[in-house]
Order: sequence, then structure tokens, then C-alpha cells
Amino acid sequence: METLFAVLIGILFAGSIYLLLSRKLVRILIGIAILGNAVNLLIFTAGRLTRDVPPIIPENSYFPLEATANPLPQALVLTAIVISFSFLAFFLVLGYRTYQELGTDDLLEMRVAEPKEHSEPPQGY
Amino acid sequence: MAVTQTTVDTAAAMVTEAVPLADWLLVAPVLLTMAGGATAIIFRKKSFVQPWIAIATISLVILSNIGLLNHVLTNGVVTMVMGSWLPPFGIAFTADPLGALLALTASIATLCVAIFAINSIAENERRYGFYPFLLMLLCGVSGSFLTGDVFNLYVWFEVLLISSFGMQILGNEKIQIDGAVKYAVLNLIATTLLLTTTGLLYGLVGTLNMADIAGKIKALDSSGPVLAIAALYFLAFAMKAAAFPVNFWLPASYHTPRLVVAAIFAGLLTKVGVYALLRVMVLLMPEGRDWLASLIGLVAIATMLTGSLGALAQTDIRRLMGYLVIAGIGAMLAGIAVGNEVAISGAIFYAMHSVLIMTALYLLVAFMFQMSGTFSLRDIGGLYIRTPLGAAIGLVLLLAVAGLPPFTGFWAKLLLVAGALEADRGWVAAGVLVSGLLTTIAIGRLWIFAFWRGGNEHTMDGIQALPIAGSSDASEISWSIWLPLLALTALIVLIGVMPEALMSISDNGARTLLDPTEYIRSVFGGIR
Repeated sequence: METLFAVLIGILFAGSIYLLLSRKLVRILIGIAILGNAVNLLIFTAGRLTRDVPPIIPENSYFPLEATANPLPQALVLTAIVISFSFLAFFLVLGYRTYQELGTDDLLEMRVAEPKEHSEPPQGY
Repeated sequence: MAVTQTTVDTAAAMVTEAVPLADWLLVAPVLLTMAGGATAIIFRKKSFVQPWIAIATISLVILSNIGLLNHVLTNGVVTMVMGSWLPPFGIAFTADPLGALLALTASIATLCVAIFAINSIAENERRYGFYPFLLMLLCGVSGSFLTGDVFNLYVWFEVLLISSFGMQILGNEKIQIDGAVKYAVLNLIATTLLLTTTGLLYGLVGTLNMADIAGKIKALDSSGPVLAIAALYFLAFAMKAAAFPVNFWLPASYHTPRLVVAAIFAGLLTKVGVYALLRVMVLLMPEGRDWLASLIGLVAIATMLTGSLGALAQTDIRRLMGYLVIAGIGAMLAGIAVGNEVAISGAIFYAMHSVLIMTALYLLVAFMFQMSGTFSLRDIGGLYIRTPLGAAIGLVLLLAVAGLPPFTGFWAKLLLVAGALEADRGWVAAGVLVSGLLTTIAIGRLWIFAFWRGGNEHTMDGIQALPIAGSSDASEISWSIWLPLLALTALIVLIGVMPEALMSISDNGARTLLDPTEYIRSVFGGIR
């Protein structure tokens, strides 16, 4: 099961990195969305996959008597989902505003902050 | 069905005795800034109150951080766990001298920025949440410095990141949106890489508590996975810290936001990356640091040279400052690359120095812009005649950033070079010194052009040029600009003249990092 997940996570990472290397902002945003999900799956798998055994400690006992599912990765993933979701929302608005203001979604044409022709610094003193 | 009453011994899982009052100082910076930020949002419509809420909050944070640093220095490393769950299960906040010192420095820099912003952030931009963002940024930075849990570190990184996004685009200009795209995307990728690596580390050692990780990594049979994780952490934090070759987002974005915003970014954000590197590489994975030492050394030298050569090649003063930030990051990385007590102490001292000096320099740029109305090295000039005091402040700050005595930067670089020579890594020491020389040339040019030269490019030295349009007279500069500039300059001179106290703190911090026994004992007490 872990092996299968490892391969799936690898494919997701590969896809997201391919998209992140693109020049188009929209593709980069999709890459970021996939990246977030790939990481969530990775954390989930890193906590080991155990099916159908809820992590409940029986009465009169201080620890579970049999191996149960690990609840911690679920808490971590939940935190990461909330964060990556809010970031994606911000990025979508930022991407839209960028297209509105700069009139392009091509990263190579976004040269407002670093214009192509800039004046040389003064020579000498 | 009646619930059967079972007696549970909570002492097996929880801290039962009350937390000592002094230990609450550990979470005070985070709680205060969150409360202050929330209060500032409430006063959105009465935005003239906001600066005072922020200044009051940050002053309290400074007081609490002074108390915390004192507590840590007298009683050793302090730990507090959330929800009273015994470590490693509860999220631990652990303050060692490194974390406490940087938290204090960061809050001082933030206070200066908060005061500077009173008159330099426009009313409508204040209404868009400058002060709440500033407080939440400090909240994230303080949390990063004080947390003792790697996943929690990631959460604080996200807190400071989302606040910084809000500040980056304050003003809604074309250039800011362009800068924000590069800044936001690359920083988010770096933070996601941090999360990925934390997930892998959790899969390897099954814990997220830093003290627990430090112990468990030593007990592992094979070092392969640890080395891979160390390399990934290095990439993630180097990206946050803007080290070569993943530094290009910084000069592309730091000149676009409002200058007060750039001041707080340059002061705090990259230093959080360096702090995390120190924490992870030296405390958690010394094995990984030893393995990567030569690579970190090369990256450090490349970063220092990129920074100082880049600074030489700029016409825009704001971009020049961006490259000076990068040069400083290289110096701190050099300390991590050498890795003995003296060099780590130098890196800690440099981080403290860099927080103060980079904040002060961006504030100086804002001051110079107000006096001259331009950022171009070709057009600026005549500031010495207009404001001798400003010229003196400028000279002190610029000499300090280049690492010339008797200011803070000199002592930091002295420790770095001494440590590198002691560890027989002369090439790292040479890198620090060459970069210092190049930086001196760059800042010398800046000071001569901006202050000494009478006017724009074709004016003779010392001759008063015609007043530049859009510039103001020195007497029109408000107290809210003078006060933080003078305070930071005074602090830099004071620490530079009397460095012993801070050096003993940074030595202490380096010792605690290199020998994690005290850190682990603080978290687990008598348990193991």
C-alpha cells in the first residue's frame, strides 16, 4: 500500500514541478495546487497507512492494545489543507489582478519591477 | 447506561503542577501580537488609533522578550508545553539564548518600523491593514524563534508569509503586483518544500518535537535518510534566506513594496530562514551539517559575492540594499559552514546585527527619498549640506553594514573569520573578507554620491545644487522618522562600542546549539 502511494506521490510531484517550470502564471498556480496535495499525501503516507482500526484507547487502559491508525498525520494534513487552500485563494486573486494590471500571464513579459532597459550605475566617483 | 467512574492518573501524560509565572513569557510575544493584531482590525474605521495600539503592543512584547532573555540566561533553556501534554506529545515552546536574543531583536526592529510608519503609510493603506499585518508578521517571526516543534515551525512560517503577502501588495501598484508574484510563488514553494521535508522526517523518526528528534536521530542505524533530509532542509531554508543560487526573488521584489514594509522584510524574513538553518543543521542534524559543510561554504561565498558585486552594479538605491541583504545572508551561512563554537557565535551575532542594520538601512533609504525625491544614484546628491545629521547617520549605518569597526558588523565578522581560521577553513575567511571589501566600495560610492556630491551626476562635490522638485527640507522631516533612525543608529553604535555582553549571549547560544544536552533536558526534564 505504501509503495503504491509513494509512486502516486512521485507522479503528483513530477506533474506539479513540470507545471511550476512553465512560463504561464495559470499553469504555475495549478502546479502549486497539485504540489500542496502531493505534500498532504506524503505526510499521510509517512505516518504509515493502517486501515479500519480507529485510534481509540479501551477503558481502564493507558494505551491502545492493538496497532491502530495514526491520528497525528491526519491532524497535520488538516492543518496543511487549510493553509494551502487559503494560499491558493490568495494566489488566484493575485494571478487575476496580475493579468488585469500587467495584461499578460507570461512570466518573461512581467518586467515592470525589473525593466529590461535600466540605466548603468555611474562610473567612477 | 451509567458511566463507570475510572480513576486516571493524569501525571502520566500531563504536566500537573502549575506553570511558573516566568515561563509564561515564552508564549507572551505570540499571544500579545495576536491580541494586538485583532484589536487593530477592530479599529479599522478609526485608523488613527491603530499605530498606538501597535506601538503599545510591540513595547509590551519587547519588555516580555527582555524578561525572557534574562530568564533564559539565568536559568538555562526554558520549555513550556501547550495544553500541558507532556513532551513529545504536546507542542513545545522552547527558548534558548539564540531564540530569545533574536526574538528580542526582531521586536525592537518592528517597533522602529511601527513608529516610522505613522506618517509614511497613507491613511487608506493603513485602512487596508498595515498594522494588523505588521503585528501578525511579528507574531509569526516570534513563534518561529521560540517554537520547539518542527511542524509548528512550518505553521509560524505560513503565518509570517501570509502577513508579508498582505504587506507586499499594500498600495496596489503595477510594480508591487509584479514583485508580489515572484515573491509569493517562490516563498510558497520554499515553505512547501519545508513541509515535505518535515513529513519525511516524521516518517523517519516518528516525532516532531525538536529535542526528541535530536535524540532519536543519533540512535538511527543508517545515516543515509538523515543526510537526504538535511540536504532538503538546506534547500528549503536557503530559498527562504535568499542564498545563491535561489536568491533571485529577493532583488526582484524587495524594492517594490512601501519602504517601511521592505525594511521589516529585510530585517526579519530572511533571518528567520537563517535561524531555521541554525536550528535544524546544528541542533537537530549535526551529521548532516558535517556532510554538507563544504557545499554550504561554497554557497556562502557565492552568496556573499553575488550580494556585494550586485550592490556595486545597481543604480537604484532600493535594489542596492536588496543585494546588501543577500551579502549578509552569505556571511551567516559562512558561520554555519564552519560550524565551530566561535563561528556559530559569529553567525548568531551577525543575525542580530543584520536585523537591526537592514531595518535601519531601508528606513534610511526612505529618509533619503523624502529629502531628495529620487532613488537613482545618478540623480541623488547634496544631502550632506541639507542634513548633516542625516549624513552622519547614513555614514554610521553604511560603515556598520560593511563590517568596519567600531560598529556591530565588525564584531560579527571578526568572530566569523576567527572561527574559520580556527577550523582551518581559510577560504571561508577569505570569502568573508573579500565580500567585506567589495561591500565597502559599494557603500562608499553610495555615501559619496548621495551625501557628499553637491547635486546630481554632473555637480561638483559640496556645491549646493538647485533644490530638487518633490523633495523636502530637513526641518519638515517629522519626529516619527528621526526617532527610529536615531534609536537604531544609537543601538548599533552602543553594541559596537560595548560588544562583550552580546558576545557572551551569542557564545552561550552557540554552546547550547552545539551541545543539545541542555536543550533536551529542558524539554524532557527528568524523564530521560
